[in-house]
Amino acid sequence: MVVLVFYAAVVVGVVSAVVAVAHRNPVVNVLSLVVTLFCVAVSYALLGAEFLAAAQILIYAGAILVLFLFVVMLLNAPEVKSASEPRPFQRTAGLLLAVAAGVGGVALLMGIQVVAPGAQVSGDAQAIGRLLVGPYLFAFEFISVVLLAAMVGALVLVKRKH
Amino acid sequence: MMVTPMHFVIFAVVLFAIGTGGVLLRRSGISILLGLELMLNAANLALVAFGRMHGTLDAQVFVFFVMAVAAAGVAVGLALLVAIFRKRQSIDVDRLNVLRW
Repeated sequence: MVVLVFYAAVVVGVVSAVVAVAHRNPVVNVLSLVVTLFCVAVSYALLGAEFLAAAQILIYAGAILVLFLFVVMLLNAPEVKSASEPRPFQRTAGLLLAVAAGVGGVALLMGIQVVAPGAQVSGDAQAIGRLLVGPYLFAFEFISVVLLAAMVGALVLVKRKH
Repeated sequence: MMVTPMHFVIFAVVLFAIGTGGVLLRRSGISILLGLELMLNAANLALVAFGRMHGTLDAQVFVFFVMAVAAAGVAVGLALLVAIFRKRQSIDVDRLNVLRW
């Protein structure tokens, strides 16, 4: 059962990720990335990180990608014309580098020593919450400062100057 | 047949490579940011899988913080895109070839 769910998530996730980076329509890109992030959330759940699975859906699918969608529709930017200048060299180099990233990653994995998985620890909200307000209390509080700074920065950047 | 954390790491590597391709091949600023998000999620997934190997929860807390910082980063990045679009009427990164205008 777990195997089935995992491979379904992998297939759907990889296909929608390819659509997310390759399709010409930005709205399709964003919506396809939502599907990919759902598949990542399924992977989190399979790894025993239930809280992160929920947070992934809430934060990424629910907030970040909605923000993306807002900006896509706000800008309503016409598709970037590829006719501006054909650059086969850049295209080939980019593809090669992307493949190299994948092959290099797998090659690195071949070299690491696989330890037997430790005991399954449940990453439910209670366990994560105890860590957040325990050893990680300072970082947890400081995140609010970071978010506030980002909020103010974003407002300043898009403010129209009169 | 079993699914080990290593399978998830390989899934993460594939997603990372696809995201890299998106960042390198696309010219629209929004598509580049989307590719970055994909790479970030792949890194998160690998981190959770490695944490599962070690049987600790600290990796999950770390991923939670990464998500929060990513949200902040996306907000600023998209604001930059909007500001650039207002100035140049384009988000084609190939046309962003001057440092001041």
